Amino acid sequence: MAISPDWAAVAPTLVLVATAFVLFAYDSIDPDSSNNPVLAGIAFVGALAAMGVSAVYLVAGVGDPAVELYGGQLVVDGMALFFQFIFTSVTALVALASYDYLQDIDHQAEFYSLLLLAAVGMSLMASAGSLAVGFVALELASLPSYALVAFLKRNRGSVEAGMKYFLIGALSSSVLVYGISLVYAVSGSLLLGDVADAVTGTGLPGVLGVGVLMVLGGFAFKTASVPFHFWAPEAYEGAPAPVSAFLSSASKAAGFALAFRVMVVAFPIEGVVGAIDWVLAVQILAVVTMTLGNFAAATQENVKRMLAYSSVGHAGYVLIGLAALTGTGDAEIVLGSGMLHLLVYGFMNTGAFLFIALAEYWGVGRTFEDYNGLAKRAPLACVAMTVFMFSLAGLPVGGGFVSKYYLFAGAVNAGVWWLALVGAVNSALSLFYYSRVVKAMWIEEPASGVDVSSYPSTLYAAVIAAAVATVVLLPALGLFSGIAFDAAAVFF
Amino acid sequence: MMMELLVGLCLLGAFVVFVLPDEWSPKAAFGISLVPLAVSLYMYAIFDGAGNALLDGDVAFETQYAWLTLGRYDVSWHMGLDGISMPLVVLATLLTSLAILASWTPITERQSQFYGLMLFMEAALVGVFGALDFLMWFVFWEAVLVPMYFLIGIWGGARRKYAAIKFFVYTNIASIVMFIGFFGLVFGLGDSISSLDLPAIAQALRADQLGGLGLLSAGQVATLAFVAMFLGFAVKVPIVPFHTWLPDAHVEAPTPASVMLAGVLLKMGTYALLRFNFTMLPEQAAALAVPIATLGVISIIYGALLALAQSDLKRIVAYSSVSSMGYVTLGLVAYTLYGVGGATFQMVSHGLISGLLFACVGVIYNTTHTRTIGDMSGLADRMPVTVGAFVAGAFGYMGLPLMAGFAAEFFVFVGSFGADFPGAPLFTAVAMFGIVIVAGYLLWSMQQTLFGPFRSETDYEVAPAAVHDVVPLLVLIVFIVALGTFPYDLAFDMIIDATEPVLGTGDVTALLGGEP
Repeated sequence: MAISPDWAAVAPTLVLVATAFVLFAYDSIDPDSSNNPVLAGIAFVGALAAMGVSAVYLVAGVGDPAVELYGGQLVVDGMALFFQFIFTSVTALVALASYDYLQDIDHQAEFYSLLLLAAVGMSLMASAGSLAVGFVALELASLPSYALVAFLKRNRGSVEAGMKYFLIGALSSSVLVYGISLVYAVSGSLLLGDVADAVTGTGLPGVLGVGVLMVLGGFAFKTASVPFHFWAPEAYEGAPAPVSAFLSSASKAAGFALAFRVMVVAFPIEGVVGAIDWVLAVQILAVVTMTLGNFAAATQENVKRMLAYSSVGHAGYVLIGLAALTGTGDAEIVLGSGMLHLLVYGFMNTGAFLFIALAEYWGVGRTFEDYNGLAKRAPLACVAMTVFMFSLAGLPVGGGFVSKYYLFAGAVNAGVWWLALVGAVNSALSLFYYSRVVKAMWIEEPASGVDVSSYPSTLYAAVIAAAVATVVLLPALGLFSGIAFDAAAVFF
Repeated sequence: MMMELLVGLCLLGAFVVFVLPDEWSPKAAFGISLVPLAVSLYMYAIFDGAGNALLDGDVAFETQYAWLTLGRYDVSWHMGLDGISMPLVVLATLLTSLAILASWTPITERQSQFYGLMLFMEAALVGVFGALDFLMWFVFWEAVLVPMYFLIGIWGGARRKYAAIKFFVYTNIASIVMFIGFFGLVFGLGDSISSLDLPAIAQALRADQLGGLGLLSAGQVATLAFVAMFLGFAVKVPIVPFHTWLPDAHVEAPTPASVMLAGVLLKMGTYALLRFNFTMLPEQAAALAVPIATLGVISIIYGALLALAQSDLKRIVAYSSVSSMGYVTLGLVAYTLYGVGGATFQMVSHGLISGLLFACVGVIYNTTHTRTIGDMSGLADRMPVTVGAFVAGAFGYMGLPLMAGFAAEFFVFVGSFGADFPGAPLFTAVAMFGIVIVAGYLLWSMQQTLFGPFRSETDYEVAPAAVHDVVPLLVLIVFIVALGTFPYDLAFDMIIDATEPVLGTGDVTALLGGEP
């Protein structure tokens, strides 16, 4: 369905921008406001509205055929809308949860407007039609994220995490932009379609190869994949837990949104294989990322760090979505499975980090032992956390089972069965560390000195909502799969 | 709609019980569990299936709705029962109700969570036996692990954490191995199937549609897949040498969970062996008959010898399960009408008998607080009904005529004696010797604990068990005797009708295994 006027196609992004400006305006009129319900409410309603718009567009087929704006600089297609749905739902959950988490902290208007601006950046990353827009959007998503990580500015851990995140982010941004400049040198264009035409059979394969590798490196940072993954445990551990949820779910998905589009559209593998076989490179990255993430997660004593490494491991699974584009099998299933896994991950991982936020709110410590016996005090929240953990491990209590099945089956279908095998073995081993949380909560005897008398209502609601979405996605992912595969099919 | 009703009722009941206050949940859970039991008995009464569900039989209560599509593979919610799965569904619902009743005394903490998990497990078990689509089946198969992990981990004995994680990881790795093996078959079938529907896959495999995969020929794919699936299921059964998780899980699990574990969960392994390995790949089953039969006989003898060496009553019953499940393996690999039918009958029979024995051990432990044989004797004086039930269960195990165990073992032996693979009579003869050992250790342990002058090493007052403790025992005895008295009418006719197509259309006397 075509939409008119054309610019209405970017409505999800516009709603996010408008919400951010409303928050700015509110803050300018009443700079010392402590009216938190209004601030959190604006952010939540804005994100929810953007989510609703993207969902309606997705179902109505606004992105089919793709709407191109500003001469192809912005592209709104099924994939862009699909990812915008992921970002906005994560943003809504995080805004909801932050109300309770940030109760006694100043500068709340800044927090929510930074959150919304980062979401705008992600939303643009998903519909970037050129390398330049992609880079600017990535910076727009990154800069507020640095500030958000360091938001608890009297907390050493938070500030340190922000610093590390910023330094590595700046480094990888420069790698990315240098890579883009090399690609531009070869192709003479920044528009993804034009790049694709120019790089096919180029006379400068060496320059192009280095350029593509560096671009890939920039994406590895945003998606927390090897070799630029080491910021993730630091940043996720130090950041306020809702921000960790936001970064590890939405920001990772944004990185993949951009990576999927750029790699598939600008560097079609049959065209650039003479310069660089990036599918092979991604295959290696995928195997290393999931294995390293899983093994590092298994050795952690701190739950938040365990989740951070598990997030690295999941980046490895999603990389299969690029690594299995071997030319055999159904490419749209491979790419679509990556998108579906990010959708499920958006709920189950956000939920898991928000549960940590809940635990921090209650003053529960950070290690597995500190979670001992929590189920006796807060059974409902612990049921939700159990759902997240088992779904992350790929047991069929949540959508994670189906999306992993899609990914691995897609890989086998594409002839890279060994990739699926590594993924399946990693997935089976991951049950070990995920079940440690479950074991601590339900089986161990309670530790003393934790007071779970207060029930932060919005934080609780966000955790439960994420759990319900995770469970519902087990049977309902079939409804989304058609949308995702259709959205991915456009590229092949 | 009956299958959906059954699974839905169990799930709904699980949620209701989970949120109820602890003091109401035992009675509520028992009351709720009677509903699926009644539904399954009603389904048994009106059962009109014929033939094998996987081999183009007439499936009872069949429903199918589309769920997912992946490339060319459709996945659907496909449920239905045939003569193999119908008795097992009744077994699952019956044992769940009785296990809930048997939990009233021993489970005193976090009751609503306990009973909620029991009902959740019931839903998953019914799903395992009813699912006719691979992915659906796998979802239920894995979902059974979750409640059992908690049941062992939270309400278990002293080493419960170790036992729970060992059970969980061990069986989960087995699932992955099986999953990979099965998908080898799916990809080997190539374009000849368009869904993960088990009947479609089974029929394609039996029609020799399997192609090679990469460097492997069709025969190699089939053999490797057979071995992978066999390993995956052997852990669940368990077949020696994959049994090491079982004693830990059984000994640490609370008694009602042991009843479910021995009574129903182990049957998942043999049920899957029958459905997948022996129905889908008959040629490989025949080619590998001797090694499998060897493992089966080793399980029978070694399990019995291990039981002989134990002094803990629960360990004795746990190891004797390994031995009894060996008969199922032997019957399956015999591949004769009485062999496969008898193996299925033995699943049901062993479910009832081992459930009874575990429940008896639980009732004894509730009052004496010990399970060590040397710590007590002469219990018959103090708790006559429980002891009577224990004796009945033990004789069921030993194969006393007119009890289910006799019929089951007789069918298996008849079937395996006339089996086609080399040395079948010898295997059968050695397996029969297992019964002698069973009789030995059961009689010895009963003599030590149940009879003679009363003595107890613990300080607890040994009194007759409460009525709600002995009701499950008596109900189980009724079922065991009924099945032993009318094996054909109650189950075996139904089972044979469903297992016969598995054997193909061969020579009838060969199918019968020599005996008419």
